[in-house]
Parts: sequence; C-alpha cells; structure tokens
Amino acid sequence: MASEALTTTGYIKHHLQNWTYGQHADGHWGMAHSVAEAKAMGFMSIHIDTMLWSLVLGGIFLWYFRKAAVKATVGTPGGLQNFVEWIAEFIDSSVRGSFTGKNPLVAPMAMTIFIWVFLMNLMDLFPVDWLPSAAGWVGSTFFGLESHHVYFRVVPTADPNATIGMALAVFGLMIFYSIKVKGFSGFTAELTLHPFHSHNKIVMAFLIPFNFFLEFVSLIAKPVSLSLRLFGNMYAGEMIFILIAIMFSAGMTMGVLGSVLQMGWAIFHILIITLQAFIFMTLTIVYMDMAHSEH
Amino acid sequence: MEHALLYIAGALMMGLGALGAAVGIGVLGGRFLEGAARQPELIPMLRTQFFIVMGLVDAVPMIAVGIAMYVLFAVA
Repeated sequence: MASEALTTTGYIKHHLQNWTYGQHADGHWGMAHSVAEAKAMGFMSIHIDTMLWSLVLGGIFLWYFRKAAVKATVGTPGGLQNFVEWIAEFIDSSVRGSFTGKNPLVAPMAMTIFIWVFLMNLMDLFPVDWLPSAAGWVGSTFFGLESHHVYFRVVPTADPNATIGMALAVFGLMIFYSIKVKGFSGFTAELTLHPFHSHNKIVMAFLIPFNFFLEFVSLIAKPVSLSLRLFGNMYAGEMIFILIAIMFSAGMTMGVLGSVLQMGWAIFHILIITLQAFIFMTLTIVYMDMAHSEH
Repeated sequence: MEHALLYIAGALMMGLGALGAAVGIGVLGGRFLEGAARQPELIPMLRTQFFIVMGLVDAVPMIAVGIAMYVLFAVA
C-alpha cells in the first residue's frame, strides 16, 4: 500500500483514478492532484496513463510482428515465425468463418484488435500495486510530488474511454462500408424498411417510423454493448484484484487466503482476457459482415 | 439506513446476475453436450461457438459483480 494511514475506501478510489491532465477550474492546464480535481475537469481532460499504455502496447505489438515479418523465411522457420504464423492462421480462419464479403481490410483489422485488446487486458495480470507504486516512487523522487497524489492505472481497457474509442472506430467503419457497398439509399432502406414490410404504400409510410426506431436502437446498441462488455469485464476483474490486495494488509491468515484467491482469480482471468479479446474481434468481424451483406 | 440499502443493492446485483447467468450457461452447456453427442465430428466448431456465447453470457454477471463490489467496499 502507498501509505499506512490509508483507508480501504481511499485505497480503492486511489486505484480507480486515472492520471488526468486537463483544464483546472480556474482555467490553467495541468495534472489533477486529487480525485475531486480530476472530476472538476470534466470533459476537458485526458487520461495520460490510458493513452501511454495503449500506445506502448500497440507499439510492442507492431514491433514484434514486424520483426517476424522481416525475418520470415521459407526455410526452417524459427519459434517467433511459427508463433506469428499460428496467430495469423487462427485469425484467418476466424475471418473466413464469419466474413463473407470481399475486403482486404477486415482480417488485418481483426488481428490488430485481437492482439491489441489482448495485450491491454494482459496488463490486468500485473499485481495491482507494482506499477502504481513504481509510478508513485518516480513521481515523489524525480518530480517532487506526493506519492499519494500520483494516480496510475495500467489497464487501458478498464477505462471506458479506451473501449468506447475502439468501438466508435469499428462503428464508423461499419457505417462507412454500409454506405459504400449498398449506397446511401440501400443503407437508408436497411434502416427503414425492416423488420415490418407491406406492399401497400400508405401502410408502409406508417410503418417506416417504427422500423426506423427499432433499427436505429439496434444500430446504436452495437458499439455501446461492444465497448461496455469489454470495459465491464476488465473493470470487474481489476476491482476484484484490488479487493484481494486489501486482504494482504489484514494479518497473516487473511494474507495467505488472499494469495490463494489471487492465484485462482488470476488463472481464471487468463481465460477471461483471452475470451474478451476474441469476442471483441469476432463481433467486429460479424458487424463488418453485416455491413457488407445485402438483404 | 442508507448503508443497509447499499448492501441490499449489492446483494441484488450479485444474486440476480448470478441467477441469470446460471440459467443461461446451464442451457448453453446442456445444448452443447447434446450437439456434441449427436455429431461428435462437430465438437471443435461447437466448442468455439460455445466459448463465444459463454463470453457473451458471462460478461453481464461479471460486470454486476464488479459494480456490486464497488458499491459494497468503496461507496458503503
């Protein structure tokens, strides 16, 4: 724990606060030094830890896979090439299984999403105090901050901003390809002429608002559910790790119980993070397939 | 009084979430076994689909547990 005087509630809240840079209430820009300050910034703020870790992990992914691609050989492949080929084949078969259109963008996008989300989720398996207290030490030693006021969340997908951003990108591509493949009229027709249809033009005119309402809600529900599912899972996982970490401060018995629990939850969490990355990818492929298929 | 309500809220979140997921995963697992027994050659494909749907079903109670824990330990 960062300090002995900390309460349980304060500890949890400290762990759930992002490192925020934004506009203070008096108008100048700077870091938030408390939860209340970060809250007061509202919209005019950015979560530096989320940005930092997502970009670093994206960079690691690109560097690692590029290394495999540059060194690729038709002779005896090494372990790295086998590993990357195995992932690429796995993604390829998933895309072939559920995407029926013709678009060279979908498979690379699916792979990027899968690996990137997986790496971001993987940050959850770091013990919850290591990186935040390291950040607190750096902040107090080199920048003269109080280590308690340094906020650092290492799981980007446990921040709704990251997941909603990714889901909005997928949503934008969905709309773009819907309009590109079916034309604007086709896209509008898809929104208004289903699920109720009538050959009588006057009846149809009455049905259009209902159809539009139903289809619009289901259209908006896609990015919302896509992002909140990933966020919720990672947030809950992080929350449970934090609660287990609190047990370590409650004596020997609770500490031993906590370490058993932590190991059990971490092993179960390996399944969850892979599954959630896979689901995010699969749903993206399915949505892209919907955008490409004509009714 | 407010604290009591928060505990009840947390209990409802966890309990109802677990209830729904238990029914959902029970039906899902039963159907998976049924399909696997009927056509054992489809097991790899069925397992993949099973895990996709399980991830979808499992997400809701997990989120409920996370939020319930937050309400119980950080708010209450």
